[in-house]
Amino acid sequence: MSPTAGTDRVAETMPTYVGMPSFPDAAREAVADARLRGNLAHATTTIRGRRAAAVAELDDWEALRAAGKQIKDHVLANLGHYLRLLEENVTAAGGTVHWARDAAEANRIVAGLVKATGETEVVKVKSMATQEIGLNEALAEEGIAAYETDLAELIVQLGDDRPSHILVPAIHRNRSDIRDIFLRAMDDAPEGLTDSPAELAEAARRHLRAKFLSAKVGVSGVNFAVADTGTLVVLESEGNGRMCLTLPETLISVMGVEKLVPSWRDLEVFLQLLPRSSTAERMNPYTSTWTGTHPGDGPRDFHLVLLDNGRTATLADDVGRQALRCIRCSACLNVCPVYQRAGGHAYGSPYPGPIGAILSPQIRGIGSDVDASLPYASSLCGACFEACPVAIDIPEVLVHLRARAVEQGPRHPLERAAMGAAGWTLRSPTRLALAQRAASMGRRFAGRRGRIRRLPGPLSAWTETRDAPVPPPESFRAWWARTNGGTEGDGR
Amino acid sequence: MSAREEILGRIERVVPTRPAADVAADYARIDRGYLRRHHDDGVLALFAERVADYRAAVVRVPEHELPAAIAERLAARPGEHGIASGLPEEWTAATAAPLVRDPAADALDGLAGAVTGCAAAIAETGTIVLDHGPGQGPRALSLVPDYHLIVVRAAQVFPDVPEALERLDPSRPLTFVSGPSATSDIELSRVEGVHGPRTLEVLIAE
Ligand code: SF4
Repeated sequence: MSPTAGTDRVAETMPTYVGMPSFPDAAREAVADARLRGNLAHATTTIRGRRAAAVAELDDWEALRAAGKQIKDHVLANLGHYLRLLEENVTAAGGTVHWARDAAEANRIVAGLVKATGETEVVKVKSMATQEIGLNEALAEEGIAAYETDLAELIVQLGDDRPSHILVPAIHRNRSDIRDIFLRAMDDAPEGLTDSPAELAEAARRHLRAKFLSAKVGVSGVNFAVADTGTLVVLESEGNGRMCLTLPETLISVMGVEKLVPSWRDLEVFLQLLPRSSTAERMNPYTSTWTGTHPGDGPRDFHLVLLDNGRTATLADDVGRQALRCIRCSACLNVCPVYQRAGGHAYGSPYPGPIGAILSPQIRGIGSDVDASLPYASSLCGACFEACPVAIDIPEVLVHLRARAVEQGPRHPLERAAMGAAGWTLRSPTRLALAQRAASMGRRFAGRRGRIRRLPGPLSAWTETRDAPVPPPESFRAWWARTNGGTEGDGR
Repeated sequence: MSAREEILGRIERVVPTRPAADVAADYARIDRGYLRRHHDDGVLALFAERVADYRAAVVRVPEHELPAAIAERLAARPGEHGIASGLPEEWTAATAAPLVRDPAADALDGLAGAVTGCAAAIAETGTIVLDHGPGQGPRALSLVPDYHLIVVRAAQVFPDVPEALERLDPSRPLTFVSGPSATSDIELSRVEGVHGPRTLEVLIAE
């Protein structure tokens, strides 16, 4: 990793995985791993079809999506107002609000709160924010053990592995991998455990039950925080979230400052958008909401940690800002042809896939090889934008970040980050479609900014070498559909 | 400078705070062109079908047959069942299975199940919402035991998410239940039964 001015900022904000190579190098390895590719292709292909069906069921999907986008944009445009309102209402309901400028500060706050209880163990429900700040590692340094309780997080933790998907961090593991990990690392794994998903789930249930019943401190993330009531909302499936949110005496929730919605009624939009986009369900099995503390029910002590960690810097970028609308549904990962081949680890951050490619470099700055290369981890096909329930124009932000990466600093060997280098063979129909998409992006980009006449980075090569208006024999999306997401023969 | 002041300061430099009335006016302009409901008719049938899609057992019963229906369900699950104060007495009048009223927290793991009412239900998504008021108990009651029997009154079923949310009180703790505990973590397919109740049964009283 090159020792640049950005390195310190990286350490303070979000740990890059140690020795993380740039995206193309990491992706090349992943693409060569047939088993990983097979697991990913299987899982993402399944969820793509199911998500499409769940979305098609609602005639007003586009109207919901537009409302979701507008609500989030409104929050971002009035962020100070709504944060103060949230703080006021959480406090009035008996909670305590803390503010953290960066990861290090958030970790110090949480560790301090846990220590104040005298406990050395916490149970955790999956949270992107606490992964982003490396909370588990920070707590371990303070002698506090954090137990992940989501099945997938448990698989990752027991397998001494890294998460590779927002929603299903162990998506790169298939059922027999999971059985092997349980047999190896779970002290109470039943003998003769098979790889049937029901048996694996049962093993996890038994393993964690005692932990839930004895835990004194729970740590969670937050899906939505309602400013005008001070209500916090967590969506989950397994019931481990309910356990962590209600059984311990102390609850500490960590949320990015952008997770707000103005009013209770806004949940009517997001409770429709999120489950269908993420697990392709009409509704996820469990959603919990709480407002401060509730006498006689649940934790007596509630702490909310509001995390900046690069978000205000992202807010300052008028193109990049839209990344803060993200509700972490993971739909963009599941539809992304690059993610499907490269896998989540290549992105070098807890935020993989298209959203990671625009969020990580903004949160961490373009200081490391991996962050400088992330804006290139895309073919700009636009599938992510179409799938995104809050209409984040990920290709637009990618192009914008590429321009920023080129402007900032010595010319990084970015060209080699083009998809060809990632072992992704751009066969001719695909390449044409991509180039056209790139060209249309370029027009949009130039139109909006009014200054840039030529696309930056590898795109310049694409625009320069592209033969003028040869109509693609097949659009990228059609190719994608025909080859079942590129998993089947291309039949060139 | 405190972290609070610094973060709010950073925000202020990018998006300065405007008068609350202006913020409210902007908020009111958000385009809510989406539907308040996706179905008008057959709401109860839709609700029953959508709950069943999650592989929960659903039975529609006339109000006066409710005690017998509850007794029958509980008889099939040996052991003690937890109930909360405020559950209508007549609901459990026919039940022979042992019931524990307002069980202590440390007794929950030993229970065979729990019987509760609810605050509202959503037909479109097959969701039942508990606000942990009378007859529903604290959140742990319907979480720790492996079986949850919920009684939903027909009048509590709303066609869709927006109308149900309007009726709920966010100052209460709320639990939205859509089927039994499940996970999508193994190869992105739904598998029922992890930490929450692995069996969910719903009686719709009409
Ligand atoms: S960017 Fe959009 S599609 Fe991707 S995780 Fe965020 S909300 Fe979902």
